[in-house]
Amino acid sequence: MAPVLPSTVVAPAPTAGQRRSRTGYVLLFPGMTWLAVFFAIPFVTLFLTSLQTPVPGKSGRYRFGLEFGNYATALAEYWPAFLRSFIYAGIATALALLISYPLAYFIAFRSGRWRGLMLVLVIAPSFASFLLRTYAWKTILADESPITTFLNSLHVLPDGRILNTSIAVIAGLTYNFLPFMVLPLYAALEKIDPRLIEAANDLYASPATSFRKVTWPLSMPGVVAGTLLTFIPAAGDYINAELLGSTKDRMVGNAIQTNFIEFRDYPTASALSFVLMAAILVLVFTYIRRAGTEELF
Amino acid sequence: MAEQSRTNQVEDLHLVNLTKRFGDMAAVDDLTITIPAGSFFALLGASGCGKTTTLRMVAGLEDPTSGSIRIGDKDVTRLRAFQRPVNTVFQSYALFPHLDIFENVAFGLRRRGVKDVKATVEQMLDLVELGSLARRKPTQLSGGQQQRVAVARALINKPDVLLLDEPLGALDLKLRRQMQIELKRIQTEVGTTFVHVTHDQEEAMTMADTIAVMNAGRIEQMGHPAEIYELPKTAFVANFLGQSNLIEGRVAGASDDLIDVTAYGVAFRVPKSRSSATGTAIIVGVRPEKMTVLDALDATKVPDGHNAIFGRVTDVSYTGVSTQYLVRAAWGQELIVFEQNMIVGDRCEVGDDVIVHWAPSHTFGLDGDENINAGVDAAVLALDATAGQ
Ligand SMILES: Nc1ncnc2c1ncn2[C@@H]1O[C@H](COP(=O)(O)OP(=O)(O)O)[C@@H](O)[C@H]1O
Ligand SMILES: [Mg+2]
Repeated sequence: MAPVLPSTVVAPAPTAGQRRSRTGYVLLFPGMTWLAVFFAIPFVTLFLTSLQTPVPGKSGRYRFGLEFGNYATALAEYWPAFLRSFIYAGIATALALLISYPLAYFIAFRSGRWRGLMLVLVIAPSFASFLLRTYAWKTILADESPITTFLNSLHVLPDGRILNTSIAVIAGLTYNFLPFMVLPLYAALEKIDPRLIEAANDLYASPATSFRKVTWPLSMPGVVAGTLLTFIPAAGDYINAELLGSTKDRMVGNAIQTNFIEFRDYPTASALSFVLMAAILVLVFTYIRRAGTEELF
Repeated sequence: MAEQSRTNQVEDLHLVNLTKRFGDMAAVDDLTITIPAGSFFALLGASGCGKTTTLRMVAGLEDPTSGSIRIGDKDVTRLRAFQRPVNTVFQSYALFPHLDIFENVAFGLRRRGVKDVKATVEQMLDLVELGSLARRKPTQLSGGQQQRVAVARALINKPDVLLLDEPLGALDLKLRRQMQIELKRIQTEVGTTFVHVTHDQEEAMTMADTIAVMNAGRIEQMGHPAEIYELPKTAFVANFLGQSNLIEGRVAGASDDLIDVTAYGVAFRVPKSRSSATGTAIIVGVRPEKMTVLDALDATKVPDGHNAIFGRVTDVSYTGVSTQYLVRAAWGQELIVFEQNMIVGDRCEVGDDVIVHWAPSHTFGLDGDENINAGVDAAVLALDATAGQ
């Protein structure tokens, strides 16, 4: 017969690995608490609100329910705003990338001792409030402004004006989120060893090919980060559409805002918020997966 | 492999009056050399003497201020880097971090529109013994392996000239020795002209068929390693490539083949054929291992006609293969002597009075205008740089 092992064993002293993971939990604690209080709880509340049903006879009063139909009605009414949000944010992101890439490239490789100043200039507009900057654009793009007058003299504006058109909204979005594109691009480009580009030249790659095969793939992390940091807030934005657009240019952010503040239709507003969040998540994950595989070659 | 070099039609590389200025400073100063096709050519010099700049001009990564570069009859001076039949093994390797080893090596072929690269790349990876690592990323490789990828990536393009900028500089001593042999093997196998830049004189001597010693943007001397070592033409070469004893004197007369020199009251003889002195001032030079140390009492044993100096031993260091003596001559100069440990038993000790002698045929003469300490510091710095890794 095998000897019976004693059932109580002295707990072994924690190994270095165990101690490290315990330190990890301690370090996680403040962040997790923050997330629980300011993200998880509102998230659940928002979800519950999106399913509430109206209290009959009392406008603006709702009670607990499982009204999944809220989602259907919200989408049925506001799908054009959703579509517009993604199209405007998509165009603004593409424009921001187009403008920022050469700028970030220049700052990273060619700016020499002006580098610091140029970076400050990129961030400088953020020192003024978002709202204020967008109001300023109202003036810049106004009907009698020099820009509008000039473009009209070239007859390139379909409506003869910029303010209160989708062009103004996209321009505003592009401008407002530009630093979020420039900075990650700069950080990625700045890390590229210029000797790699020389190596590509040495290996029969023309400057254009070197860019396509070396610089661009190596800057991919910056492109992914920059487009996400631009697209996500732009898709949820309502200030640009509110101040620079007409009622025909309303985005989903405006719909949420009106439902909350004006109509006091909290379930619809919450449902819209939820759909927006889900849609962005799906888009972002698809995008990251695609960009991730492209980066390999 | 011999066919490969023939089909590859290797041609000489000519640098003609090549000059590169950065502001007022001439990094490369009126360089004119011909590098023979298929040779293993070492450009040897201390840090900052212009080696990298020279290579970069050949590669097309730097524009010369003046002068021209030809490969065979073709002037490539105005061609852009990507248009030149030249490839570089960079000092830092500069492997593409986003591409695996296979794609790094295939890069040049793909850029030139070669369709089926698989067989060629695999063959090249086998040549550098990395076949099994084709799908790894550069960061997953050791320094020595990365170095071989860099060589393969350049060599696969069958360049007319392969440029190597201190390719072994980042490796530890043991690996460096191993790679020296490896690179030499690869060069013999493919027959391409290798231009190898290094500050390590031992590396240059063991690998190259031809060495050019470079100093302050100019070539001091060029030739076969043994030729330069045995008969340095300048004080810099005498001190930078190995060590030398240099004694300043004046020409006192001459016989058929020998120049009679007096230095500090001592008579020396230098073969005319081994002297590059032009005036009456001359520097008498001899390599430390060519000298023999005898007890001063045995002065009669010095062979007839040998050059000889009396002195006192100030330092003895036993290194196993040889013993190194420092001997202070009557006029205060310290001479260095390497003696092979052939005899078991008595060696001279510090404080002994000795006579140091050597054959005139091992003596060389340098122009008296030269600074006898030229290149000493550079050699020490280069040695430190090598040992420091
Ligand atoms: N881009 C540059 N601008 C200014 N000076 C340079 C530049 N590149 C090299 N130099 C200078 O030219 C000299 C030669 O440099 P280099 O060719 O790199 O030497 P080596 O490779 O022999 O160490 C050095 O004094 C160096 O400081
Ligand atoms: Mg160098």
